[in-house]
Amino acid sequence: MASIALSRVGKSFGTHSVLSEVDLDIKDGEFVVLVGPSGCGKSTLLRMIAGLEDITSGTLTIDGQRVNDLKPKDRDIAMVFQSYALYPHMNVADNMSYSLRLRRRSKEVIAAAVSAASGKLGLDPYLERRPKALSGGQRQRVAMGRAIVRKPKAFLFDEPLSNLDARLREQMRAEIKRLHAELGATSVYVTHDQIEAMTLASRIVAMNAGSVQQIGAPLDLYDRPANLFVAGFIGSPGMNFLEGRCEQGPENSTVVLSRGYRLPLSVRIPAADGETVTLGIRPEHVTVAPDGQIDAAVELVEPTGLGIILHLIVHGESFKLFTTDRALLQPQATLRINLPKERLHVFDQSGNRLAVM
Amino acid sequence: MTGRILMTIAHRAAILAYIVFALFPLFWLLKVSVTPNDLLYSEGVRLWPSHTTFEHYRFVIENSAFPTFFKNSLIVACSTSVAVTVLSSLAGYALSRFRFRGKYAIVALMLITQMFPLVMLVAPIFKMLSPLGLTNSLTGLVIVYTAFNVPFATFLMQSFFDGIPKDLEEAAMIDGASRFIAFRQIILPLTLPGIAATLGFVFTAAWSELLFALMLISGNTSATFPVGLLTFVSKFSVDFGQMMAAGVMALIPACLFFLLIQRYLVQGLTAGAVKG
Ligand SMILES: Nc1ncnc2c1ncn2[C@@H]1O[C@H](COP(=O)(O)OP(=O)(O)O)[C@@H](O)[C@H]1O
Ligand SMILES: [Mg+2]
Repeated sequence: MASIALSRVGKSFGTHSVLSEVDLDIKDGEFVVLVGPSGCGKSTLLRMIAGLEDITSGTLTIDGQRVNDLKPKDRDIAMVFQSYALYPHMNVADNMSYSLRLRRRSKEVIAAAVSAASGKLGLDPYLERRPKALSGGQRQRVAMGRAIVRKPKAFLFDEPLSNLDARLREQMRAEIKRLHAELGATSVYVTHDQIEAMTLASRIVAMNAGSVQQIGAPLDLYDRPANLFVAGFIGSPGMNFLEGRCEQGPENSTVVLSRGYRLPLSVRIPAADGETVTLGIRPEHVTVAPDGQIDAAVELVEPTGLGIILHLIVHGESFKLFTTDRALLQPQATLRINLPKERLHVFDQSGNRLAVM
Repeated sequence: MTGRILMTIAHRAAILAYIVFALFPLFWLLKVSVTPNDLLYSEGVRLWPSHTTFEHYRFVIENSAFPTFFKNSLIVACSTSVAVTVLSSLAGYALSRFRFRGKYAIVALMLITQMFPLVMLVAPIFKMLSPLGLTNSLTGLVIVYTAFNVPFATFLMQSFFDGIPKDLEEAAMIDGASRFIAFRQIILPLTLPGIAATLGFVFTAAWSELLFALMLISGNTSATFPVGLLTFVSKFSVDFGQMMAAGVMALIPACLFFLLIQRYLVQGLTAGAVKG
């Protein structure tokens, strides 16, 4: 087990810059999830930690030792690929023991390690099978088994669950969490799925377009997103945004929305009088009330079972509301809603957070 | 329903017709090789002679230089196919996996070498090999054949490597293998069908090559089998029976070779490597 540190790490392919100035300290035993939209550079960052991509600039250290130029085989890390990358000409047991055989461990050590891992993952009945005779979920387990047999310094996962169906994905997600609790190994996990990130991470690294947007505990990112990107990316259905103008009062600020609705905030925000700001509120925090302040047209009603997602139009913008009140399933053309001020997020014009109530 | 059956019948019939068409020359070869000389011209065109003989085979083995030709061909074809396969595997892997300066220049150059008719090159090659003492030698032939087959074989091998996911060797390298070990233990076993195809292709090409063998070799001691066949053509007659007998025997190694590798040719080894 080990700590991993990235300091001002950058990557370009030719002249095309993919990652810039990534700073990240991963502590021993931590489960860090890199999350962001497709193409934002998550896999590239993970592959740089693994040693599969050169590091263009900056330093990568594992356990305090600079490893920029170390070959993958000398970094002692394990990786689970999105494609699983099982060796098709080897059976499950040989797939799992390959790393130990390369290290010339004795037969007994290998047999013990393989049977321990296969027991943990429920692979005992399949040890003699080739990968092509396994289901997707079983292959995924073999890929996990291959990583855990050799007790590496750290585990890297690149979207390991994205090829599974929804139910299996949920099950494996829980299993990965259980394995981490049991093994306590430093893990870096890449996903584009914010639910996976929220449920698995001890810390989330939210990325966009090659740079880190925010690093923090899952609920931190949920409750106090640092900017519009994180606010919009974390949470499903995503946060609602409304533009307004800031009016500074003696004790507090007020946001004036486009139709003249005034939303007094509970604090003074660090913005100039008259500056344009963006208000954010999560769909589950919006309340419906007959005497609500804001008019909304109902566009679509989506029952999810757990609750209801209402697609609304507020001031010509689409706006979502999540509620568990089934009375709202009744078709109706308009609603009146409130935006409770203790639930508001305020962002400035460049998208950075000004305040969370 | 009947439509499906009719389609199946038509399909099978078409395959059958093709097989008959493709194998007929071989059948004729066999037929002439067992036809006694006195029946060759006297019986007209028949599918099978009224009686058969192995006299031609006996004669070719005992009284002609055919065993030497056969041995020479075997040496040349085996050496060439092994040399080409080793070189083209390594080159094909490099083209498939690495980015390096001059890569496209090399690919273009290899393509250009495939554009010239070989006849144009006979004289310059002879000029180059003769001061080196490589004319009239099997080594010279192996070098020439290897040079001519490497470009195509490289492209062939590259396409096989391209079909193997990069993830596999990356997984192996993370598991603790060097790139070369990953190549040998993970990638090569999966490329066996490709290697078998390349071996087979180069073997048959070298086995039946006539032009350079004819130009670079004189005399019987270093002659390969296709050149040797010409010794059955004399000024006044062609000894068809013996020639065909030699031909049938020359087919044997190629057949054995393909029997040996056909297991790999038909195998889809990569199934199940990545998601499926
Ligand atoms: N080998 C490569 N050559 C050039 N560009 C690449 C290469 N690999 C990835 N990229 C680019 O880097 C960016 C980030 O890719 P990636 O790390 O795979 O994103 P993610 O995993 O977040 O979806 C993408 O724009 C992609 O096109
Ligand atoms: Mg990716």
